[in-house]
Amino acid sequence: MQDNKNKSKIIVPDFLLSPKVDKVGVEERVARFQTRSIKSDSKMQALKLALSMIDLTTLEGKDTPSKVRQMCYKAMHLHDIQEGLPAVAAVCVYPSMVGVAKKEVLNSSVKVASVSTAFPSGQAPLNVKLIDTKFAVQEGADEIDMVISRGRFLSGEYNFVFDEIAAIKEACGQARLKVIVETGELVTLDNVRRASDIAMYAGADFIKTSTGKIQPAATMQVTYTMLEAIRDFYDATGIQIGMKPAGGISNSKLALHNLVMVKEVLGNDWLTNEWFRFGASSLANDVLMQIMKAETGVYQSSNYFSID
Amino acid sequence: MAKKKNEINWDYAPSLESTSHIEIKDKYELFIDGKFVKPSSGNYFNTINPATNELLSSIAYANDKDVDKAVKAARKAYNEVWSKLSGKERGKYIYRIARLMQERARELAVIETLDSGKTIRESRDIDIPLACNHFFYYAGWADKMEYAFPNRKVEALGVAGQIVPWNFPLLMAAWKIAPALAAGNTVVLKPAETTSLTALKLAEIIRDSGLPDGVVNIVTGYGDTGAAIVNHSDINKIAFTGSTGVGKIIQKAIAGTGKKATLELGGKSANIILDDAPIDQAVEGIVNGIFFNQGHVCCAGSRLFIQEGVADVVIKKLKRRMDTLIIGDPLDKNTDIGAINSKEQLDTINKYIKIGINEGAAMYQPNCSVPKKGYFCPPTIFTDVAQSSRIAQEEIFGPVLTIQTFRTVDEVIQKANNSPFGLAAGVWSDKGSRVFNLTSKLNAGVVWANTYNKFDPASPFGGYKESGYGREGGMHGLGAYVKLK
Amino acid sequence: MGRLEILKTYKIYIGGKFPRTESGRYYTPVNAKGVQLGNICLSSRKDVRNAVVAARKAFGDWSERADFNRSQILYRMAEMLEGRKSQFIEELIFQGASQKKAAEEVELSIDRLVYYAGWCDKYKQIQSSVNPVSSSHFNFSVQEPTGVVGIVADENSSLIGLISCISPVIAGGNTCVVLASEKLPLCAITFAEVINSSDVPGGVVNILTGKVAEMIAPMTTHMDINAMFYAGNDLAIVKELEESAALNLKRIHSYDEDWSTEDAQNLYFITDFQELKTTWHPIENVGGASSSY
Repeated sequence: MQDNKNKSKIIVPDFLLSPKVDKVGVEERVARFQTRSIKSDSKMQALKLALSMIDLTTLEGKDTPSKVRQMCYKAMHLHDIQEGLPAVAAVCVYPSMVGVAKKEVLNSSVKVASVSTAFPSGQAPLNVKLIDTKFAVQEGADEIDMVISRGRFLSGEYNFVFDEIAAIKEACGQARLKVIVETGELVTLDNVRRASDIAMYAGADFIKTSTGKIQPAATMQVTYTMLEAIRDFYDATGIQIGMKPAGGISNSKLALHNLVMVKEVLGNDWLTNEWFRFGASSLANDVLMQIMKAETGVYQSSNYFSID
Repeated sequence: MAKKKNEINWDYAPSLESTSHIEIKDKYELFIDGKFVKPSSGNYFNTINPATNELLSSIAYANDKDVDKAVKAARKAYNEVWSKLSGKERGKYIYRIARLMQERARELAVIETLDSGKTIRESRDIDIPLACNHFFYYAGWADKMEYAFPNRKVEALGVAGQIVPWNFPLLMAAWKIAPALAAGNTVVLKPAETTSLTALKLAEIIRDSGLPDGVVNIVTGYGDTGAAIVNHSDINKIAFTGSTGVGKIIQKAIAGTGKKATLELGGKSANIILDDAPIDQAVEGIVNGIFFNQGHVCCAGSRLFIQEGVADVVIKKLKRRMDTLIIGDPLDKNTDIGAINSKEQLDTINKYIKIGINEGAAMYQPNCSVPKKGYFCPPTIFTDVAQSSRIAQEEIFGPVLTIQTFRTVDEVIQKANNSPFGLAAGVWSDKGSRVFNLTSKLNAGVVWANTYNKFDPASPFGGYKESGYGREGGMHGLGAYVKLK
Repeated sequence: MGRLEILKTYKIYIGGKFPRTESGRYYTPVNAKGVQLGNICLSSRKDVRNAVVAARKAFGDWSERADFNRSQILYRMAEMLEGRKSQFIEELIFQGASQKKAAEEVELSIDRLVYYAGWCDKYKQIQSSVNPVSSSHFNFSVQEPTGVVGIVADENSSLIGLISCISPVIAGGNTCVVLASEKLPLCAITFAEVINSSDVPGGVVNILTGKVAEMIAPMTTHMDINAMFYAGNDLAIVKELEESAALNLKRIHSYDEDWSTEDAQNLYFITDFQELKTTWHPIENVGGASSSY
């Protein structure tokens, strides 16, 4: 693959020297994105874009094939009453549900993403994580959402974290790898930045904020920090990396702010579901309601939108 | 995976702040002794919207007779009412003004943007809230003055003549009026000729607040109106914010008259990026330091110093960030850089840009669309600038940044202090001991470490050296309006 | 026959050294009885220039010393003055004071030095502030010395006026160029000897003698003098000072005080020669942290 050729030339930096991040400065920058006012055509375009970037997600112990099948249908048929709506980008499930999901979305644009590596804690030995990943890929997963070993990271074992990601990347084969750094457990933006750098240099195709199981999850601050990391990585290597904020982006306004942020930090090249995703379960309906409000001119009720 | 070109080209649609609830009269009179009165000369001057060049209103032109009337009203109000009022009661009037301003905040923001060319985002989020907060802050001081000056009896000075600039019209009026009233003075204030409207709206608010007649008088006009205030024999205090050139003229004019003065003058402030700085936030600080309010900021971080190890990356990121700045209609909520305040100022800025090019510095401006009507200047940076370049020494008062590199901390302290000005400075570093070394060695009245262009009513502001003397804001701002016994 | 007394040559004090004026000129003030006080240096513009250079050179070190250290040095000055009390009393009497007045003046001068010695490491605690700003920043304001201060000392006293001017200025970390009383200059030069033997670095205090009318212009127009301390009530001088302040925005402070009173001393004589610096720094509020820590 092309990226392996490129990556063989990349000089891996000392992650202790990852750029410093000043949180108050980040908050001010983020506030600027939030004052952008998105109206009329520009808003409609963005809402549809947001829909197309969603990884519709169910990650529960009580998930069943039936539940997953219903979600897959929703992924392909968001709101059939309204024409011209895109499908979401992917469905995101546990490895055990990949086979079910794959069958449902087979003839659509919707991809199947699977969490792996003992999601959400990542507290398992590497060989278990590799089996977990390989199983999901064999079942037909297009994308793997792995978690990093946060305990090891916080102990300063950056090489361990790096090697683990590299091993999982190898196990992914053709599947694209999203690396979840779990920002809520890393706490500081300096850590978020360092973990992002490690993930990208170790082979991530995407970096992702959170499992959705820990709060706070995808705040604008952490997403912004990761976008800057992606920008710097691109500057250094010429390799484009995707971004997936997950958890907490539950309404259109937040989604639009995220898109503004992607546009102003990374540019239009990242404004596609190939390079940007929202990990969310309730976002889709809020975006749909906003679209219908714009189409009809009246405020909407959730009774008119299927919950899954 | 290699980068693929994306087809999507998403831009923000215009998002204009509504002007429907704004009333701007065709003509504005002088506010003297609690009433709006015609100028004795019968003369008016036009005020325009610098973003469109359209006429907004005509403003009364005060001459020395009008100024004399205003000073007499202020003196009478001082002698008969204001000096006899308790601090507690004075404070309540000031609180009332603050509240009325807050209630009309959006209206004030829109008018400020129309009249000055600054973006609605700034007038709405920064200027107007800060102006209101300034009145709030000082209202509370009125009955607590003795706590600010230990071991001394505090007395008001009397009548304060105040002259404010066009870059933060209402905010500067608030900076002047609020502490003066809290300390027990009465006021004759002159706004800048290009930006009188919000001061006149403030006059309406003051009238509505029931503040006793004559305590605040607002006279509009040009430099000669200001000179009439400065030279009036019955004024006890001159507070001026503006250029160093005019500040020196004022200093000379009041010499030997016993008038107290505070002067808040020009600057050429250094913004220093060390090699361990949080780079992305530093870039944001550079942008905020020089492009905030189109660079019409006395404390603008107009001289950028970057440590050589990170100079390339900082400049690259800065240029990229500049490319995302939106220049255009100040009323559009998405506009980052609004209009230059006047043709005269635009000419000055363009003159300096030419000087910079002639001096051999490399110029960069983003490839942004600039409105055809009105006065606009794209954000501009010069690299390869020498310490001896004119553009690195003289205040430009526009969105023009000079960039120099340095090798050691010692070198940058010397270069930063190598200026007759001393208003502000910025320092960016992740290392606390280094930050405090720099902040304590820079000759500047305000030092922002890992931030820039922050203002707060509780925070004293003012310069060293030729950037003026006296402080505005905070407890120390009271000192400008009292005599101690 | 008694021994022949050695007479003292009065010099000026620049950069810790005692030169005669570079101009070679002198004047001979007389006391009330018409006795000549001595051949006193009639300093020139060039002496002012040299003194400012010395004061600027000394400023960095002096202003950056620990306030506690400055306090000790001012106290040392008081000690030295105490030890040479009788010499100053003699000089004051020679210049026209009564025995009683002379003793009082010297004692008050010593006490005044002690007073300002005590302030050195305290005035910032009283006058600085931590400012409660609304944003997530730590914000504080603290005094810093203005720089080189030109002092026109009290014309009507030889010692107490001089010390009342110098001590608040140097207590606050400034350095100074002092023009001594024209008609009562003796104690100024003898006091320079006290300074010279009190751990005060050379250049912190520079003392010139001469004609006020001649010396004031080179001081007020000097672009490297940052502030002027005028102890007097000549309105023409006040006007001249304030006018020439327009050259470089010098801070001008004029005081019409009777320095020989107990209360002609306070904190504000120090802070008048201070600039206020406000520093901002962000405070990171770690996610989820709250007052429940």
